[in-house]
Amino acid sequence: MTHEPAVTHEPAPPMEPDPPSPDQAASSPDVQAARRQLALDTVGIAVSVAGFGLVFGLAARGAGYSPLEASAMSVFAFAGAAQFAAVGYVAAGLPWIPILVLTFVLNARHLLYSASLAPALRGQRRTTRAAMAHVLTDEAFALAAAHFHRLGRVDVTGYWIGAILGVFIPWNVATLAGVLLGGAIPDPTAFGLDVVFPAAMAGLAAGLVTGRRELAAAGSGAALGVLTSLAVGPSVGVIAGGLIGPLIGMVVPAGGLRLPEESDTTAHEIDIDRAMADVLSFGHARDDDPPSRDSP
Amino acid sequence: MSTQLVLLALLMLAVTYPSRAVPLLFPGVERLPTRALLYLRLVGPAVLASLAAANTFVIETPDGTWMPHVGVEAIGVLVCLGLTVWRRNLFLGLIAGVGLVAVARAMGLA
Repeated sequence: MTHEPAVTHEPAPPMEPDPPSPDQAASSPDVQAARRQLALDTVGIAVSVAGFGLVFGLAARGAGYSPLEASAMSVFAFAGAAQFAAVGYVAAGLPWIPILVLTFVLNARHLLYSASLAPALRGQRRTTRAAMAHVLTDEAFALAAAHFHRLGRVDVTGYWIGAILGVFIPWNVATLAGVLLGGAIPDPTAFGLDVVFPAAMAGLAAGLVTGRRELAAAGSGAALGVLTSLAVGPSVGVIAGGLIGPLIGMVVPAGGLRLPEESDTTAHEIDIDRAMADVLSFGHARDDDPPSRDSP
Repeated sequence: MSTQLVLLALLMLAVTYPSRAVPLLFPGVERLPTRALLYLRLVGPAVLASLAAANTFVIETPDGTWMPHVGVEAIGVLVCLGLTVWRRNLFLGLIAGVGLVAVARAMGLA
């Protein structure tokens, strides 16, 4: 999820001075204090991730996913909005190629997070960076950016704490719980569970509306989705709305609302602009700089 | 147990991972034109809104055609949407929207 200012960032210069060795880093009081704060932030994120992972599991079950298929989505794709969207596409009988195209464009925002972290992580081994990339989500980025900024340098262990303990494990455990729980309910519609998917989509879309352009894209996407679905079916309608809606949003003047964004897996408010600014500036942070944020 | 969608999950990994990894592994190659970045930013709200609206207001008839539909499901979705915007809390919105539909159905109102 991106804002206008974020797209204009250039990668920051390499961090300086060089970080201490891992042993020195782990034992220093400032690292321990920063990790304590990170742990607190991570708990809040993990609770939200687990709740939303449960909803994904229920929605996936409703669309006919087996537990293995739902878990495979959460382990491999590991992208909340795209996973939710895929539930709708699969249920609508959409061919896989359009699903993959839409997944790509939905997740392309990760380029910005990755680009923001790249200068700071340049000193890490390529295999480490490759592994870090797989768990780079909205939440992992926000947690890492705040932690690095508090610390004034990179802490790879801190990155793993946020990304793995805060997001990856809760998301996957909750997905499995949701899909198994959904299978144990004989008539999900009696509990209104058929509404989980469209309601979650509407809420996630609202979380992404931070300005006039996003509002126009969402509104026109919804209208086009309905009209085209009535004409030729939802499998075409959702693509038409998703791909033409942004074009309409682009012709609308920027400005208007300025609301905090929500992540795509937790509905947790995440100030991505600030996180971007944090991670791009932490290499120059002074010792007396205040913490960037107290909680995610 | 069905495993067909495991392949789809792997393909979704194949189209998602490059966005996450390329700038980290090859710094500098991620720069895109501003218009392209703007388009990508707007895809999220458009796709999600399109999915929500089509799943709420369009139903399939027994003869395989599609028709507009406004039922208690739409009210549930709008309640969720309203609470999400008002309280900035999607989880609360989901509980309220789904609960409303469940209660309406239990009372025979839908």
